[in-house]
Amino acid sequence: MSSDMTYSLDTIRQRVRDGLLEAATHVEDALVDTLERALATERHESLALSSASGIPGGQERDRLDASIQALEMILENIKISHATRLPLCQDTGMVVGWIAVGPECQLSMHAIENAVNAGISEAVLLGYFRNSIVDDPLFNRINTNTNLPAVLHWTTSPTGGLSIALMLKGFGSENCGGVAMLSPTAGEDGVVGAIASIVRKAGGKPCPPIILGIGLGGTMEQAAWLSKKALYRPVGQPHPQAPYAQLERKILSRVQEERIGAGGFGGTVTALAVAVEHFPTHIAGLPVAVSISCWADRKALLQFGGACAI
Amino acid sequence: MQYKLELPFKRETTAGLRVYDRLELSGPVLVARDQAHQRLSALLSAGKELPVALAGQTIYYMGPSATPPGRAIGACGPTTSARMDDFTPAFMDCGLLATIGKGPRSKEVAQAIIKNQCVYLVAFGGCGALYATRVVSQKIVAFPELGPEAVLWLMVKDFPVIVGMDCLGGSIFA
Repeated sequence: MSSDMTYSLDTIRQRVRDGLLEAATHVEDALVDTLERALATERHESLALSSASGIPGGQERDRLDASIQALEMILENIKISHATRLPLCQDTGMVVGWIAVGPECQLSMHAIENAVNAGISEAVLLGYFRNSIVDDPLFNRINTNTNLPAVLHWTTSPTGGLSIALMLKGFGSENCGGVAMLSPTAGEDGVVGAIASIVRKAGGKPCPPIILGIGLGGTMEQAAWLSKKALYRPVGQPHPQAPYAQLERKILSRVQEERIGAGGFGGTVTALAVAVEHFPTHIAGLPVAVSISCWADRKALLQFGGACAI
Repeated sequence: MQYKLELPFKRETTAGLRVYDRLELSGPVLVARDQAHQRLSALLSAGKELPVALAGQTIYYMGPSATPPGRAIGACGPTTSARMDDFTPAFMDCGLLATIGKGPRSKEVAQAIIKNQCVYLVAFGGCGALYATRVVSQKIVAFPELGPEAVLWLMVKDFPVIVGMDCLGGSIFA
């Protein structure tokens, strides 16, 4: 997260623009490392299969080899995007923003929103993004040709200035998210099972290997909100609370058993990371929400003034 | 198996492809996605002529990002094929030979592939920049008002795909 101690509406606009331009053509280093590890894992599995039987491994071998090719293509695509500045993916997404305002911030929400929208508009033009937003979900669906509006969530922070977290949310993966309203006694197994079921239904559609944002607790919409917030966490960074960090590992391991694999071709790496966020809830419920990101997890985390958590 | 193939396909070619075959395609492909499918389908149902003949062609499910100056196209990776499932069998009955997209497809599409000796090809999801380097030219065919959802002709060169479903009922998503 880059910081900026003196900032104006103009710097907010510029940094939103530059952050999105960077996000469209780069993924974080930790994600590239995770993809490279996934490729090494699949190559190892494929090799182990050959040496175990001494004969070609039939469909299992085909699945692994196709998944290997998918991961090789993804890594090559990342290099081409860096070199050419062409977007990683033609679906440059709907912009989802998380804006946290701390006590040091003297700007009005309205002015901040205008600056963020102006930054988005500039990035869309300069980065040759696709115009992917229509003005009405049901009737006519006329393209706004600006990629606005963005989906912006506002929170307050007890300390610091202003944080703006942005993601370019592609809809191949967004269409595969889901919510399960579990019984309060469903427990850890119920939660893990509900998530696995949403991932199974998604199959190869969301451009696996995927990243999972999980929201637990609150109400239905709060859980969905948390699941999206979870996706802002740097890839692979565990939850600070041990039981939740352990739950994240358990979900990741359970999801790999689905054998969806890169490209949906059936390899052993279905997900790259899992991040869980939680909130108190009602005695009668246990809401679980899942937001899925494709491997192209594109985000920008901008800090203005003192540190301020989203 | 790995093949370098020239488009448009012949039916004996699509009939001979098998799941997991790796192809590099060169030649013309039609681009159409959600709204274009709905419109083409409505024209078909009404018995009207389509703006482009589907017989023998390949449809790529894609909506490109904007084209930067000096390039043939912007990022242009595949979109999720399942959203086109309701429209595809009728298009295959009109002679469409192949579709290119990402992710699994419905039973109805699997049956249409068997019935018409077609093939479903899977492109690598999210690899928009890579695919941009495999497109030589683009031209709008129909529905320009749909912007990124317009129907296009693309000339592709060494365009990498894997056979996802074949006319023997094979599927890599099974």
